[in-house]
Amino acid sequence: MTLLLIALAGGVGAAARFLTDTWVAGRLQARLPAGTIIVNVSGSLLLGLLTGWVGAHGDPGDVKAVLGTGLLGGYTTFSTASVEAVRLLRGGREVGAVTHALAMLVLSVAAALIGLELGGL
Amino acid sequence: MSGASGGTDPDIDPQPPRRRPAWRGRTLLLIAAGGALGSVVRDRLGVAFPTPQGQWPWTIFWVNVTGAFVLGALLETLAVLGPDEGWRRRARLGVGTGVLGGYTTYSTFAVDTASLGRSDHLVLALGYALASIVLGFAAAYVATWAVGAAHRRVVLRRMEAAR
Repeated sequence: MTLLLIALAGGVGAAARFLTDTWVAGRLQARLPAGTIIVNVSGSLLLGLLTGWVGAHGDPGDVKAVLGTGLLGGYTTFSTASVEAVRLLRGGREVGAVTHALAMLVLSVAAALIGLELGGL
Repeated sequence: MSGASGGTDPDIDPQPPRRRPAWRGRTLLLIAAGGALGSVVRDRLGVAFPTPQGQWPWTIFWVNVTGAFVLGALLETLAVLGPDEGWRRRARLGVGTGVLGGYTTYSTFAVDTASLGRSDHLVLALGYALASIVLGFAAAYVATWAVGAAHRRVVLRRMEAAR
């Protein structure tokens, strides 16, 4: 049953990533692909909140597995982030590739830290 | 620029076609089905190979690196096979955006890194974060390059055979 919920949540998360990414790309004409950055940073914040909350209050059932592994795991993506950096580099944008990867990393880990702090309150 | 979609972000459609609700619904369903499969595989791997807290999260590390490799190979293969339409677009969205996007995860990677840092494993946190990013990048790069090189060899051989 949990596995079915994880599958369902993972599917919803992936579709939400597509919608968010498309929405951001249509509005933000940034020099770097901002859609995936926004998806991964917001997903890291939410998983931080969830992890902090579960750590402080306990997991009623399989909330962490369904919402964390399923929904937010399906929502965020590492593979696309890697390919975007490769495309920037192959497009002759060495600085852009490094900036993209480091900005996503620093912002996501900072968001996760904030989430862990707030979720544990 | 060698991407099938022409843009840097392979997860979306470069110029979203006129939004017909049915078309959009099918696209979302395709991505969701792929995302469901990828998420379940990642969950099962996490259950089969659990990593204790305060240690290098090997399972997610390899999930992310292998996912980056396969996505790089997939997108370059689709790009050399033809334009981003029809079955190639469906493969990009279903397998790339869906399965591999669901299989890999950035949120768990970021929260694991943050947790390691918070529990005074700063060196481990920094090492894990940088190794993941660098190896994920290298995997996607090598896969993209290898498919492109193989394609160039095939084209060259065909031209020689035709002579």
